Amino acid sequence: MSDHSAGTPCHCGASGPCQPPRLDLAALRARLASESGPQYWRSLEAAAETPEFQQWLHREYPAGASEWADGPNRREFLKIMAASIGLAGLAACTRQPQEKMLPYVKQPEDLVQGIQMQYATAMTLGGYATGLLVESHEGRPTKIEGNPDHPMSLGAASVFHQASVLELYDPDRTHTVLRAGETSSWEEFLADLVPALHEQIAKGGAGLRLLTENITSPTLLAQIGELLKKFPQAKWHQYEPWGQEAASQDGPGVPHYDFSKAKVIVALDSDFLSTHPASLAYARQFARGRAAGEGMSRLYVAEPTPTITGSMADHRLACGAGDLAQLATWFGFVVDNRERTPRQETAAWVTAVFADLSANKGAGLVLAGEGQPPLVHRIARRINEECGNVGSTVTYHAPTAASPDLSASSLAALADAMHAGQVELLVQIGGNPAYNAPADLDFAGAMGKVKRHIHHGLFYNETAQRCQWHLPLAHYLESWGDALAFDGTPSIIQPLIEPLYEGRTAYQLLDALIFEQTARSAYDIVRRHWEGAQEGMEAEKTWRKMVHNGFAPPAPVPGGDVSTAVNAMGAPVGSGQAAETGEYEIVFKPDPAVWDGRFSNNGWLQELPKPITKLTWDNAALVSPELAHRMGLNNEDVVELTFKGRSVHAPVWIMPGQAENSVTLHLGYGRTAAGRVGNGQGVNAYALRTSDAMGFGSGLQIKKVEGVTWRLAASQDHHTLAGRDVYRAGTLEEYRKDPAFAPDGSKGEDPARDETLYPPDHTYPGYAWGMSIDLNTCIGCNACVVACQSENNIPIVGKGEVINGREMHWIRVDGYFRGDMDNPEMYHQPVPCMHCENAPCEVVCPVAATVHSPEGLNEQVYNRCIGTRYCSNNCPYKVRRFNFFQWPDNTTLTFKMQRNPDVSVRSRGIMEKCTYCVQRINEAKITSQKEDRKVFDGEIKTACQQTCPTEAIVFGDINDPNSRVSRLKKQPRNYGMLAELNTRPRTTYLARVTNPNPEAAS
Amino acid sequence: MPGLTQPPPTDAVQKNGANGSHGANGHGPRSPLGYPDRMMGPGETHASVAAKIGDIVLDGKHPKGWWVGFAAAFSLMMVFLFSITYLFYKGVGIWGINIPVAWGFAIVNFVWWIGIGHAGTFISAILLLVFQKWRNSINRFTEAMTLFAVSCAGTFPLLHLGRQWVFYWIVPYPNTMGLWPNFRSPLVWDFFAVSTYFTVSLLFWYVGLIPDLATLRDCTTVRWKQILFGIGALGWRGSAVHWQRYKITYLLLAGLAAPLVLSVHSVVSFDFSVAILPGWHSTIFPPFFVAGAIYSGFAMVLNIIIPVRKIYGLQSYITERTLNNMANIMLVVGLIVAYGYATEAFFAWFSGDQYERFQAFNRAFGPYGWSYWLLILTNVLVPQALWSRTVRTTPWMLFIVALFINVGMWLERFVIVIVSLHRDFTPSAWRMYYPTFWDYATFAGTIGLFFTLLLLFIRFLPMISITEVRELVAEGGSQPIAGPAMPPMFARLADRPGGNVP
Repeated sequence: MSDHSAGTPCHCGASGPCQPPRLDLAALRARLASESGPQYWRSLEAAAETPEFQQWLHREYPAGASEWADGPNRREFLKIMAASIGLAGLAACTRQPQEKMLPYVKQPEDLVQGIQMQYATAMTLGGYATGLLVESHEGRPTKIEGNPDHPMSLGAASVFHQASVLELYDPDRTHTVLRAGETSSWEEFLADLVPALHEQIAKGGAGLRLLTENITSPTLLAQIGELLKKFPQAKWHQYEPWGQEAASQDGPGVPHYDFSKAKVIVALDSDFLSTHPASLAYARQFARGRAAGEGMSRLYVAEPTPTITGSMADHRLACGAGDLAQLATWFGFVVDNRERTPRQETAAWVTAVFADLSANKGAGLVLAGEGQPPLVHRIARRINEECGNVGSTVTYHAPTAASPDLSASSLAALADAMHAGQVELLVQIGGNPAYNAPADLDFAGAMGKVKRHIHHGLFYNETAQRCQWHLPLAHYLESWGDALAFDGTPSIIQPLIEPLYEGRTAYQLLDALIFEQTARSAYDIVRRHWEGAQEGMEAEKTWRKMVHNGFAPPAPVPGGDVSTAVNAMGAPVGSGQAAETGEYEIVFKPDPAVWDGRFSNNGWLQELPKPITKLTWDNAALVSPELAHRMGLNNEDVVELTFKGRSVHAPVWIMPGQAENSVTLHLGYGRTAAGRVGNGQGVNAYALRTSDAMGFGSGLQIKKVEGVTWRLAASQDHHTLAGRDVYRAGTLEEYRKDPAFAPDGSKGEDPARDETLYPPDHTYPGYAWGMSIDLNTCIGCNACVVACQSENNIPIVGKGEVINGREMHWIRVDGYFRGDMDNPEMYHQPVPCMHCENAPCEVVCPVAATVHSPEGLNEQVYNRCIGTRYCSNNCPYKVRRFNFFQWPDNTTLTFKMQRNPDVSVRSRGIMEKCTYCVQRINEAKITSQKEDRKVFDGEIKTACQQTCPTEAIVFGDINDPNSRVSRLKKQPRNYGMLAELNTRPRTTYLARVTNPNPEAAS
Repeated sequence: MPGLTQPPPTDAVQKNGANGSHGANGHGPRSPLGYPDRMMGPGETHASVAAKIGDIVLDGKHPKGWWVGFAAAFSLMMVFLFSITYLFYKGVGIWGINIPVAWGFAIVNFVWWIGIGHAGTFISAILLLVFQKWRNSINRFTEAMTLFAVSCAGTFPLLHLGRQWVFYWIVPYPNTMGLWPNFRSPLVWDFFAVSTYFTVSLLFWYVGLIPDLATLRDCTTVRWKQILFGIGALGWRGSAVHWQRYKITYLLLAGLAAPLVLSVHSVVSFDFSVAILPGWHSTIFPPFFVAGAIYSGFAMVLNIIIPVRKIYGLQSYITERTLNNMANIMLVVGLIVAYGYATEAFFAWFSGDQYERFQAFNRAFGPYGWSYWLLILTNVLVPQALWSRTVRTTPWMLFIVALFINVGMWLERFVIVIVSLHRDFTPSAWRMYYPTFWDYATFAGTIGLFFTLLLLFIRFLPMISITEVRELVAEGGSQPIAGPAMPPMFARLADRPGGNVP
């Protein structure tokens, strides 16, 4: 079934790219964008009478969330009246429109209709590739999985990878070439480009600038090299709003970590489990090292704002980002045995941590975060050297990314040149500097001085709107390409579908710049590059294998291992500038859902509850409880943040565990030209971010704006356990004393089956499906949530409906805090359907729409459901989700293409919930029956399990005593959530075990 | 023939004089307990009863109060139609419900209306079976109220469905899908309970109407009315055989309806007590719900008949004595309900179950604590005023107390349904519920529907049973003032000591 093979799998039933009727969004968007803030809404009302506005308004939330809670307006009223008449006549007998179904004239090889195919490809984020397998149904990519063979994926995929399939089908993507906002064509573009290029050739390209995001693609780099050869005076700039550059400044080479060998891990503001380009692989290694028992690793985290890495810490220190330099300096002093009296609590922390590191020489690991200055990275390196970790847990390699210059300074140089009027032809591939450049560069202003600015991107974004030319970029699922993973693995990007619109790849654009024509396809360009000197059959074989696997055999990392150079780096320790006391500090972080803003128009990500705050659709100024108390701030109050003379208004969210005087504002919000989903959500943090404060900066002023509130949509209101033990955790000490510390027998949990007079309702003679979720390794990264959304056609509902409590996620990650508000323990608990054997929901459904399967699945029969919602009331886990409205957008063609054909799309008025991916179960069962065997253990992977970077979720047959899930359920840590209700949940949890340092006064 | 009629006891007259105000309606002699001595005002005869009650229907002129009431009720009913049209168009998402509070106003209103519907059958059937003759003047009215309240109640379980158009899947009917409803679900029991109750109530009401329809048929001079009433009267001629069969049928139906009073709200309570939710999962619910239903039913009856008797001048039929009796019943069931609250709190503590305890605590001190204390105020504290005879026999006071009880019983269902749901087992799923405009509009709309139907009933059918009131007259329920003496047979009945005292 899931054979992934080479070749372009585009056999879309509809011929040609399918374009929905275009409205003049650009003009409308421009009109709206030209007005700010409060006027925005007034102008919407003003626009309300125009037909395009009507259409636009109706589709503001593309996935069907165009319900507005206010009373019906006049048009709505007329529609209702029409509906009344319809009801009166009961005119429900509409005819289905006629559709033609045509068979293939030539059946593509390997393709069986209705059977999915998988193809290997890769996606880049921040330039680094992650190998993926993409599920394709009749030529439509529908679901992203990690490529198990790819070293930077290992089968896992992050939220961004998972959600990228929705980006492909985003109807807001640019459809055609735009010249100053007007529809144009590639031919016209070329006709305009060629004379401009000739002009530049004469000058050696002095007025030509190339601006890209971080690039690792060997082909593209070669092309850029060729371009720069042709235009020797031309310059290439790179800008990535959130990059790895600080890590590469601590000496030659970029640190690569090996968590599998690490016993003591110290993360200094490093969210290595989510923001690092290798986070999927690191999370896997980290989780393996966290197995309860001997050899369990210990994690220390010092960070200004809670991250998922911090939530996994055994010892977490809430420490301002600026104070971290000082903390690191003290580390340095301890390393050097120098006397110095730091602040009390941090001193104890530093001493304990260093003692632990020293006790574990060669098995320690100190890492510093991307937002931290080079100093902290140097100290981290110094400690690693001192503790003998270099060469064991840390190795240094040449950078994978070709960074000609530091990102921010590179952009600054470009901006200076633009302001000086030196830039005549600016070719920009991807990126959105008009939105996300440091505020002090005034990039948008500089753009006005560029004669010809060409933007090549997926969206007609803030930058594109100010450009003379905007060229549609082919999505990675539409294009051939290549890129390197963080560890240097060359990965091949293989298209899953022909470009939906007129998108072309960056390779073709560079070809056009070099050769003044776009004759070659991306396939030719990339393949030519990789074939290199090889000829004939050999080349074909190598290429095919590479495309099939999705990556080339791991080549030696370019530049080789440079770790030998380390000791030469006598890092000056102790010169860290102390953070000024009594000042507030602003901390910038990439958003856990929309990253740097590039995913703003992705509904799945916008509605994804952020790991710790559980906020959706917004970012917020995260403040500590102490600061909130001092300033009289409450959640949803509005504050004016002023930093270096620039200010923004932001909603307040009180974040337990936030460093006292740090205010965190995540990047990626406040977009004005993201599209219908992303526009106007949240606050633009880039408006405050300057090139000397890319990660954080002190000197922030906070002023409460009185009388204003900003509604925030959190998916979870309560983060305390209320004295309940739905989440169980203990220390390693407790676990050693009593491995079964978690299940509480005294409560009569899991009563024996013979303690009832009634015969069992169900026997499970065949399979009995069950799931085990390891709370010890779940890092709360949310990948399961988006994977489930993508697999099961789960709609988004919009911010208003999240506020109403109607989000639809089948699996949610509950977050709990325990202990001290200023630095609590943070817990994550993924909650899918428990598939209870004694399911409370099944009894109460009047129409038997939720029933028990012979394999123990609690099945929801959509067609039978009449929507009493009684089942949800009776579900103690509240995992059921109701279609309060018609959520799925069944009119936008591209969204229809995204849907998984194996899963019903639910309509208004019915209940739904996690099915344990019953479609995957049945697919495997069919296969096994054809082969006359039982389903193998591990053959079925639920979507959440498959994408989980830490393998925390395991699914299988609990009738088979040797299955992985059975063995996990026999572990002493195993417990059932609310099992004392005698629901007999099939989903059970393994209690979390933390490994606090007995020496450290926590 | 002096001596055949009972003279007013002297002390009663004196007491009456002393109390003064209660005799405002001129109801004549009063009992030592302060309410009128007889069940009806003085001077009522067969003819006066037929004339007074029949004229309301046949006369065609209606007091201003009717028109004002009808205009208001009809407007509200239009709000209802608009609300449900929008509901069908959009979906139940227009309400404030969410996950975890998947049941909101719709179910609160459903239970409230069903409860109100209980008074009718209680008054007509159970009081009939226990020979409470004072019910004769109000039973028709309350039965009609029952029907309309159950109609209002019945709309909600259908409206609240996600897919209203397939509501009939709850019904066991042979179908091509070969599917039956899930008989383990209380919602299916609900369907049977409510539909049976409605059917029996309708029959009971209609059978009681037959002799009155015949009277109207005979009284009216308008041809089409004669035909319509004639059809409704089913050929009633008033023969002794008719009367005998009528009486037996009526009694049998009463016997059939009486257990339904207990069963319907018990079954409705199963909707909650069968669930495992703390705050719902409770064995006390069936009696507790029944008591609550009768409580609110009587309150609603009082809220309606107090103005109606004033507007139509029916004080002679619905006397303060009737009001007093109803107030007494309300006081008793009110105490049962209060006991229920106490028991719930006690068992939450006694169970030792942390979820139950939390639920009880959260009811009183959680974010919806106001609703609980308002409930205690309106349902427990204010009704204690009914211990006062003055309150029981002063219509306006009774009206106010009844109004409080109606609000209180609505709040009780709010507390049970919404407050229990909003914080249950899993803290991460806790959420608030905020009703929307459409929640209020639909609720107000059913009040409009109810009163529209009720006012139309008053307009087109005798709101008081002519037959049964005549029976009272015949039994000496009314003190003759002058004119033709009572036939000796009835007079003797009236003479019997305590014969007309309930």
